[in-house]
Parts: sequence; structure tokens; C-alpha cells
Amino acid sequence: MKRILVGIKRVVDYNVRIRVKPDNTGVVTDGVKLSINPFDEIALEEALRLKERGAADEVVVVSIGPADVQAQLRTALAMGADRALLVATDAPVEPLDAAKLLLKLVEREQPFLVLLGKQAIDDDNNQTGQMLAALWDRPQATFASKVEIAGDALRVTREVDAGLETVEVDLPAVVTTDLRLNEPRYVKLPEIIKAKKKPLETLDPAALGVAPRERVKALRYEAPAVRSRGVRVKDVAELVAQLESRGLI
Amino acid sequence: MNKVLLIAEHDGRHLNPATAKTVSCAAALGDVEITIAVFGRDLAAVGAEAAALAGATRVQLFDDAGFAPPLAAVLAPAIAAQAPQYTHVFAPSTTFGKDLLPRVAALLDVPAVSDIMAVESPRRFRRPIYAGNAILTVEVADAPMVVGTVRTASFDAAPATGSAAVEAMGVSAPAVAHSRVVSQAEAQQGRPDLQTARRVVSGGRALGSAEKFQLVQQLADVLGAAVGASRAAVDAGFASSDLQVGQTGKIIAPELYIALGFSGASQHLTGIKDARTIVAINKDGEAPIFESADIGLVGDIFELVPQLQAALQSRASR
Repeated sequence: MKRILVGIKRVVDYNVRIRVKPDNTGVVTDGVKLSINPFDEIALEEALRLKERGAADEVVVVSIGPADVQAQLRTALAMGADRALLVATDAPVEPLDAAKLLLKLVEREQPFLVLLGKQAIDDDNNQTGQMLAALWDRPQATFASKVEIAGDALRVTREVDAGLETVEVDLPAVVTTDLRLNEPRYVKLPEIIKAKKKPLETLDPAALGVAPRERVKALRYEAPAVRSRGVRVKDVAELVAQLESRGLI
Repeated sequence: MNKVLLIAEHDGRHLNPATAKTVSCAAALGDVEITIAVFGRDLAAVGAEAAALAGATRVQLFDDAGFAPPLAAVLAPAIAAQAPQYTHVFAPSTTFGKDLLPRVAALLDVPAVSDIMAVESPRRFRRPIYAGNAILTVEVADAPMVVGTVRTASFDAAPATGSAAVEAMGVSAPAVAHSRVVSQAEAQQGRPDLQTARRVVSGGRALGSAEKFQLVQQLADVLGAAVGASRAAVDAGFASSDLQVGQTGKIIAPELYIALGFSGASQHLTGIKDARTIVAINKDGEAPIFESADIGLVGDIFELVPQLQAALQSRASR
């Protein structure tokens, strides 16, 4: 069975305007729309396309989080994943422990490819994929904007600061996705109904032999500094005068 | 005493300016010894640039063909082998550093701190989360050492006034056969680097086409500026992805940022928060970009930008 494992994290929806709680202990998440991390949605879409092209037989989605993350996993199943795994925990899980948990599932599921988003849009860590690749002692291809199967290897175009880089990695490997890899499909109603019957297994982190712990303490959340209000100029001459007076030209 | 192992970023010829900014972050720890590690091949020139960075205690050259071009899977075990002698391992929060340091941290079984924007104490840092819409203070509590990437836009470059000793380390690259670089990105020639330029002219969706995007390039040429673009402009194919400024692209801190035809999506504003002066030109006076702009001009970019170009050119020839 040629299997792809896809990581799904539930995050505050990207359209929600983030507000810091008045007591600085977090951001407001009560009554706020929660969704699949957009980069993870791209990872799932890529896995589904690989399966549709015959490069994989099964797409398994996995999430780590509270029991009600089932809702996001059902969405992933409706998109086309074959089955879902939920490592259920109410405690926050840092990237290192997420990578350790994913490694346990990798050992169990034996995927030839693990696809993850390059980062979650809540904590913006951009670490889990690289950490999993290290613990698994397998290649990593981060910031992927193009993925092609080349025999027993994968050819990945990466979006790096200087432009595009192409790497070839032997399988199995970990790939993390960037924005331009693909545009995820919309879920159709019949698929949502069908997804209710697809298998979703809940697992306990302790049973996997990993005890997540807090290594990095979150001490204080603050709103970012606000820029002071600027000036409006009426024409180019005034703009040039402003730039001159500020010593910018 | 804090002992920092700082991983240099370079292209084989020159040090990436992000390295000098990372040195400033390391210096902010106080009571610090900074060792800059340079991995690659034929490192004399890059090593000399690293040795000139004020604040560096020493430069170590890890010269081996296996380290060039750099692959995280090769560099990470070599760095992890050095790390136990240090209290901190830092790299710039560029695609190079972001790819590499979490792999190092996992090999050491320690957490990593991403995008350090301020040092509060040797174990306490501030970093942006939620695309910069919140700032989190974190403390590395339960780990023998700190591994972190440094948000370079938050730090000034260390000046090139130092003269650290340079040591050749004679370490061979770990044999890793499973990963290969097929082709590397070519840096743009003849134009300042977007990440480190003092001036940036950037274009948004309102430019309308790749041909019209030349307006941005022309103004940039007059100012000796780098060129940037919004995600919308990149997605529409007006500009290449390496020019994208914003949370999912490059985070920059130029002295002057001129935004042409931008609405001002929050993910873009995150990328320019640390710019000293933001100029916005847009025909929609209600566009959110004006909330963040220091100088705003409402009007048609296709009329105003040529005027601005002419005014700057005549000023230059005065």
C-alpha cells in the first residue's frame, strides 16, 4: 500500500481579525471560526492529486488536538482523504512533541511521503516538518511550490529567498508546502455526507509513548505596536518635499 | 557567560547581510562570546567578511565539498555535533535558517524559538505570532540550550569594524546520499537585494499586468531601490515569487518603502511593519494601506509615478 500521511492543524480561520485578550494570556478564540490551517489544506490537496495520478493508494490525515478537531478531520475526509487519525489532547503541543507523535504514526503507517504545511498560521513556528525529518532520519524538502515523483525519488521546487531551488530527495521523505503549490478544491455536499462514514480513529498520546511537555513557556501576549498616523500630501511636489525634509532622498 | 554558535548564511562569494543582523541579536544577550560558523567550500572570502563583523569572537570555517550547496540534512548533524559547547545556536530567520535550525534542534532534543524580534534575557524573547497580529514573550524553560532563528528586520547590522580570528576546522561533511540539490536559485543581478535594501519600491495588484509592472522597476532604478510585490501581484503573475513582501514572503525593514497600487492586506503590512518610512500611492483614498503609511498620496499611479520619476531625475541633475 503506497500511503501518504498528511498533517492537519486546526487554527483560527485566516479571515478572523486577531484580538489579544485584555489580560494578555492569549488571543480571543471563543466564538471564533476555526478551520484547517491553509498550508495543511494545500498539503492535503497535493496528496489527493498524487493519488489521483496513481502515485499513491491511500491518503491518511492526522491531527493532534482536542476531541472536537474531528470536525476539521471530517472536512479533510470530505475533501477526499481515505481515513483520519486524531491524537486527542487538550494540552498545547509544541512542535518537537508534535514531531515525536507524528514519528510514532509514521512508524505505524509506513507512508512513503509525509506532507505538512510549512507553518501553522497561529504560532507561525515553521518547525514541525523539519523536526520530524530529523527524528525520522529522512530527507526534508521545505517550502515546496512543485512536487514531482521521479522513480524512487521526489523532485521538489522550493521557494527560497533568492528565488526557486530544485532538490531531489529519496523516498520516504517529508515535504512542507508553500502557498503556490496548488489551489485546494472545494468540498461538495455529497462528499460531506460520504465523509461521515469514513474511518476516524482516536489515539491517546500516552499510548503512543509520548508525553508532551511545556519546554517553552508562553509568558505574555500583546497587540503589536501601532504606527503613528501619517500625513497626506496632495501632489508629487509635496511628496518630494516630504521625502527631502526627512532626508530620504 | 553566554556562548553563541551563529550559523552564517552566504552564497559562496559573499556573506548574506542577514548574518550581520543575527550578530546584533546575539550581542543583545549580553556577556557573550560569539562564534560564527561558516559551512561551504573555498571559504576564505566569506570567512574574512564574517571576521570583520564587530562583536564576533572567532570565525570557524567548515570547508568541505559536502557542505556546498548547503542542505539542512547535511549541515544539521555537523552543527548538532558542535552545539553542546554552546548556550545558544542562532541563525537568521531566512528560508536558509528556517529550513536548518528546527532540524538541528530536533537532533539535540531541544525546542526551537522562531523569529526572535527582541531579547529580554538570555532565555526570554519576543516573537511575532498570527502573522504579526500579536507579539508573544516566550521563555525557554525546560531545555539545556536555546536554539533560535532571528527575525533580521528587527535588528541593525553589526558594523564591519571587527577583526576576529579565523580557524579552519577540518571537519568533513556527514555522508548523506538521500538529498541532492539539482539547481540553485540565481540571485538577481544589478539590483539591490530586497531583504537588505535601504530603499524598496513595491507594486500591488493595481499594476494590472507584468508589462505595466515595469513602472515599479523604473521608479526603483531612479532611486537605486530593490523591487518588491504584493502576494496578489505575484499570484497574478506580474512579478516573480522571490519579490513577494509579506508574512508569507519576505519581511523587510528598509529606510524607505514606496507602495504603489496596494490595498494594504494585513499579511502584506506584516512584512513592512519595521520599515522606517512608508509611502503609499493609490487611487482609492479609503484603502487600508493609508492607515499604515507615513506619507500618503491619493491618485492614479500611472500618472503620478512618471511625474515622481521626472521630479527625482531633475533633482538628481540639479
